[in-house]
Amino acid sequence: MAPESPDRAHAVAFTLNGEAVRAHVPARMHLGDLLRESFGLTGVHLGCEHGVCGACTILVDGRAVRACLMLGVQADGATVETVEGLTESGRIRDLQDAFHTRNALQCGYCTPGMLVTATELLNDADAATSREEIRAAIAGNYCRCTGYHAIVDAIAATAEARRDGPKNSRREAAE
Amino acid sequence: MKAPDFAYARPASLDAALALLAEHGEDAVPLAGGQSLVTALNMRLSAPGLLVDLNAIPELAGVSEDEGVVRIGAMTRHRDVGTAALVRERLPLLAAALPHIAHPAIRNRGTIGGSVALADPATEWPACCLAAGATIVVRGPGTERRIAADAFFLGLYTTALEPGEIVTAIEFPVPGDGAVWGFEELSRRHGDYALVGLAATGRRSAVGLSDLRLAFFGVADRPVLARAAAAAIEAGDLTGAQAALADELDPPDDPATRAATRLHLARVVLGRVAGRMRDGTVKEETSHGA
Repeated sequence: MAPESPDRAHAVAFTLNGEAVRAHVPARMHLGDLLRESFGLTGVHLGCEHGVCGACTILVDGRAVRACLMLGVQADGATVETVEGLTESGRIRDLQDAFHTRNALQCGYCTPGMLVTATELLNDADAATSREEIRAAIAGNYCRCTGYHAIVDAIAATAEARRDGPKNSRREAAE
Repeated sequence: MKAPDFAYARPASLDAALALLAEHGEDAVPLAGGQSLVTALNMRLSAPGLLVDLNAIPELAGVSEDEGVVRIGAMTRHRDVGTAALVRERLPLLAAALPHIAHPAIRNRGTIGGSVALADPATEWPACCLAAGATIVVRGPGTERRIAADAFFLGLYTTALEPGEIVTAIEFPVPGDGAVWGFEELSRRHGDYALVGLAATGRRSAVGLSDLRLAFFGVADRPVLARAAAAAIEAGDLTGAQAALADELDPPDDPATRAATRLHLARVVLGRVAGRMRDGTVKEETSHGA
């Protein structure tokens, strides 16, 4: 059924972590469940399912969004990236290393959302990355273990390294 | 939790969307950014029969200026409203409000029209519309109405929208010479709904402030224009303005924040904002809280 006509399920086609994919999706299924259950992308963590915790944050058309607050049928035509796509491409290797080095996770439940949110912040050329601004950027991602300091450290260190590095390490890693 | 079962349609034009809403009546609900609606669905606080998704209607998004009016399409995302060069230049009040709206991932998806149509009394855009003297443009089957913000917000989640109508755009008059603005919001944590917020516009001259519009939010069942307080400030009486808020605001009383506390905070916020507007020290704030 074409998306213009009401139906309880629709066919969708979108780009998922660089690959063209298709699915038949019940209208009521949110994008987080679609990614987890139809595509096995369990890095999309579901915490609260009402947009508060940030664990399910993914990139849609390059912007961070809550997978639990988009419907799966709304992915039609979009470019979707999950933490699996970001990490397996090597694009955020430096950020992952910084999280590791600084012990910026304990249980790890919030980590995919933190990485995706930080990816958007670090990709935004206009974003200044003072600790204050990093804290504001991750304010929508709850961590119940770390107390956030190590996470802010990791993002700040990555921002600094990308700014000061002889080459753009992010671009280098993507090639 | 998971949303209840419903049907979904994504029309490609405004007319098609309005036709679906008309055909399905109260069973149909328009879906804008979804940052409140999908939450309500997931929590089973809402059980519509049909969602009419407005995200594929290009004419509903974007910012433009024509003859002294900045028009913001209803489906323009929060982030795109606050970062648009035209908005930053012409309507700095809106740019200042942006960082206070939830979190980046919510701002990337939520829309100004959705926020205005929802009319949550603790949110930023409705108060900004009121402060800036905006006009809400709505379309129903075959008709367009233009409603002043002053007459649009009627109560808790209640607006002048009739069944079958949707917000299509919000029009803001471009501030004239001497225009000043102010914005401040207090919340427990960054991104939370406001305990108290104030969006204000006015004119500043050698003799003081005039044409003041003080739109408080989080302190009643809708955004509130504090007219008596504005008149007192124009007369140079800040203390009188702060006293006047007792009659003009109707703050909610809950165990975490008593009504008296909110009223006190409203007076504090008024003092800060009026002081900055009077002194000409308004600037876009990037920090939050204090």
